[in-house]
Amino acid sequence: MSWWTPELAAIVFSVLQALVILLAVVLLGAVMTVVERRLLGAWQDRYGPNRVGPFGSLQLVADMIKIFFKEDWVPPFADKRLFVLAPGIAMATLLLSFMIIPITPGWGVADLNIGILFFLAMAGINVYAVLFGGWASASKYALIGALRVSAQTLSYEVFMGLSLMGVVALTGSFNLRDIVQAQEGLWFVVPQFFGFVTFMIAGIAVTHRHPFDQPEAEQELADGYHIEYSSMKFGMFFIGEYVGMVLISALITTLFFGGWQGPLLPPFLWFALKTAFFLMLFVLLRAALPRPRYDRVMQFGWKVCLPITLLNLLVTGAVILARAS
Amino acid sequence: MNTVTTANDTATADLLDLIGRELGDAAVVTEQQTLTGMPVLWIARNELLNVLKLLRRVERPFSMLFDLSAVDERLRSHRRGLPASDFTVFYHLVSIERNADVLLKVALDEQDLKLPSCVDIFKNGNWYEREVWDLFGIEFTGHPHLTRLLMPPNWDGHPLRKDYNARATEFDPYTLTVEGQRQAQESLQFDPQAWGMERERDGAEFMFLNLGPNHPSAHGPFRVVLQLDGEEILDCVPDIGYHHRGAEKMAERQSWHSFIPYTDRIDYVGGVMNNLPYILAAEKLAGIEVPERVKTVRVMLCELFRITSHLLFLGTYLQDLGAMSPVFYTFSDRQRAYKVIEAITGFRMHPAWFRIGGLAQDLPRGWAPLMQEFLNWMPKRLKEYDKAMMQNAIVRERTKNIAAYTTAEAIEWGVTGPNLRATGCDFDLRKKRPYSGYDNFDFEIPLGGNGDVFDRGQLRIEEMRQSLRIIQQCVNHMPEGDYKADHPLTTPPPRERMLEHIETLITHFVQVSWGPRLQPNESLQMVEATKGINSYYLTSDGNTASYRTRIRTPSFAHLQQIPAVMRGGFVPDLIAHLGSIDFVMGDADR
Repeated sequence: MSWWTPELAAIVFSVLQALVILLAVVLLGAVMTVVERRLLGAWQDRYGPNRVGPFGSLQLVADMIKIFFKEDWVPPFADKRLFVLAPGIAMATLLLSFMIIPITPGWGVADLNIGILFFLAMAGINVYAVLFGGWASASKYALIGALRVSAQTLSYEVFMGLSLMGVVALTGSFNLRDIVQAQEGLWFVVPQFFGFVTFMIAGIAVTHRHPFDQPEAEQELADGYHIEYSSMKFGMFFIGEYVGMVLISALITTLFFGGWQGPLLPPFLWFALKTAFFLMLFVLLRAALPRPRYDRVMQFGWKVCLPITLLNLLVTGAVILARAS
Repeated sequence: MNTVTTANDTATADLLDLIGRELGDAAVVTEQQTLTGMPVLWIARNELLNVLKLLRRVERPFSMLFDLSAVDERLRSHRRGLPASDFTVFYHLVSIERNADVLLKVALDEQDLKLPSCVDIFKNGNWYEREVWDLFGIEFTGHPHLTRLLMPPNWDGHPLRKDYNARATEFDPYTLTVEGQRQAQESLQFDPQAWGMERERDGAEFMFLNLGPNHPSAHGPFRVVLQLDGEEILDCVPDIGYHHRGAEKMAERQSWHSFIPYTDRIDYVGGVMNNLPYILAAEKLAGIEVPERVKTVRVMLCELFRITSHLLFLGTYLQDLGAMSPVFYTFSDRQRAYKVIEAITGFRMHPAWFRIGGLAQDLPRGWAPLMQEFLNWMPKRLKEYDKAMMQNAIVRERTKNIAAYTTAEAIEWGVTGPNLRATGCDFDLRKKRPYSGYDNFDFEIPLGGNGDVFDRGQLRIEEMRQSLRIIQQCVNHMPEGDYKADHPLTTPPPRERMLEHIETLITHFVQVSWGPRLQPNESLQMVEATKGINSYYLTSDGNTASYRTRIRTPSFAHLQQIPAVMRGGFVPDLIAHLGSIDFVMGDADR
């Protein structure tokens, strides 16, 4: 067993770990689709899907079978290459972002020292998915959806990065493990409350969840950028959205709520509970709020959120300097 | 001729006097005695526009073109005293200030089916004239876009003519070739130039977006083509007719009685509310006076249906604003209302429960506690909707000052009902022209002020409260008595009276199998339906079926108004406006 060196064991272990996390995330994204429907059902005086399997637990399986076996139709008028590429980007960028999330002290895919920057970069690339999807579909509704989403995501990404800079400045590192460790005494949600609020808003906007689901806006655009997609290509957009939701929830947990830290319970459970809480919040928002008008969403981003993040950064910087001197 | 001078005679005399003074005696050919309850004047064709203009500008003007349609008179046998006419076009004008109507008729000869268009005087004449062209083939000279409205653009023939068959079995079997299908589809292609729209400006092309006929917010098969500059709507063209079922044609071959279920499906969320104007108009022709109990039960059920319709409105209105949950709450409320409706009528959405001369059945035992349960349930729910949604900042921002229009604009387009009252115009037929005993009830007419999307929503919540109040009074003071009038034309006749001897049996048999024959005359009844004013204008030629049934629906008028309101708005505003109109396509297309 000379080839089985500790180094190799470590590599195999981290590959396995990465695979487990990847599968878990995809599965969680898929499960969220059902969980969301059940939660909405509970809040809306109805059952939600409860017929397949005990308490509807197999609904997911039924959905998967359906979506895998639907006709995978590419419209003849579409730009084929981009049309196929778009859902891949949507799914891949979000999954890759999970790399940087430290789940427990021992679990996590990569310990990148540019962690947050990597996430921001991936979120930036994610815009292309929607842009390509909308453009390649050669459909008017998809085009309007794509226009909306690129404008919205670009504007919200501007202050998304800025909203996290307070956290980075307090920690002195882009590495998420460092950030979690820095919250041992006090969760960053307290000193960085405005950072938290704006990041949360930006996160919803970037994953285009309700009430920032302008690009999809069923009542207006009848599904927006992915209206021409079917079968698993649609599935990738669809699951991608939920993966994005999980990602933003996990990031909020990590950046502002102390990650895996917490008393009594094991770290993983703390992480899972906190993430689940924010996932619920995402669903609750969808159940509770109407959709603001598109131009107001843009105004809100530029005129309210951006100044807040800038002020927040300014004050944080001043406090850090004052403390240092 | 009646020797007693009625209010109607005075009004007729006043109008005759006015028209004679201004335009000369030749303008009015004759007056016609009808049961419509309004002056009916036959106007000379060359004076038509002058008369319309005169009535439009007279003091306390007839400013609303309420209805415009035609009758194919060629097979009508009872028309003594009326001018010779193959096709008669009628204009129904309403004066809000006078609270009075006038019906103008113009006789046309088969060889010369032409009339000057009234679009310059009444903007909303546009669709009505297109409808008449479509269904009767009467040409309106000077009309800006005289094309088919309800039938497909490549349709052959004019269905409401008497020589046009009513049943599919009277035609040759239907065939559709591939070529025919291609042509049919091509004819639906929107051509901006035909509507006087530019394709581009300063080198930038506009986007022409087909919203519907299959779109989540189109509330049925409704199509509106948008000319977009970015997301701004420069112009739009609503297109209807995808839900046209030819209800008016069917009325001509159904008996007076068997047409009742068709009325339910006009405004298909309004249930028995649709029966009411038809039944009331038919009862006028039959000369039936129904017992108090019948009147009260009718009011009670109509108000209950007003609530279910408004609940549907509220849910979809908020959903169009992007709020996902309220529609489920309002549907569960509607379910509670349907529990009561089902207990009383045996049906849910389309009970067809009113009868000429009464009701299908008496109220069942134990109806009052059921109804009371619903009455106790609703107020707290309405309060919740108010608090959770109408006071929500996003809802307010989406709806305040959006798609607003003034009372004058509303009247110009024939807008009625809550959409008119949202502009602050106090015009509700239940108060202004009480029918079916509405004058016995204590209720208020809620009014808006801005005429925007918000007011239209808020007003309907308030209307539900008032409807609950009316129903409460029905529960508290339901009169005793028969559920059918004691009249030979009551259909079906009271069953107790059928088994007395052979004569009563025969009468009953004839009544039920052939249906009643109503005297040759014309009657009209307007009611304040769920979405606005709905009226049935019945022409009887002394047969068991109607000679002509004209159904005037509010949604038709409201849809026609959309471009006037939406120019310069954004796509999301259009969706909000569509939600706030409260239309159903069955009501628009009939």
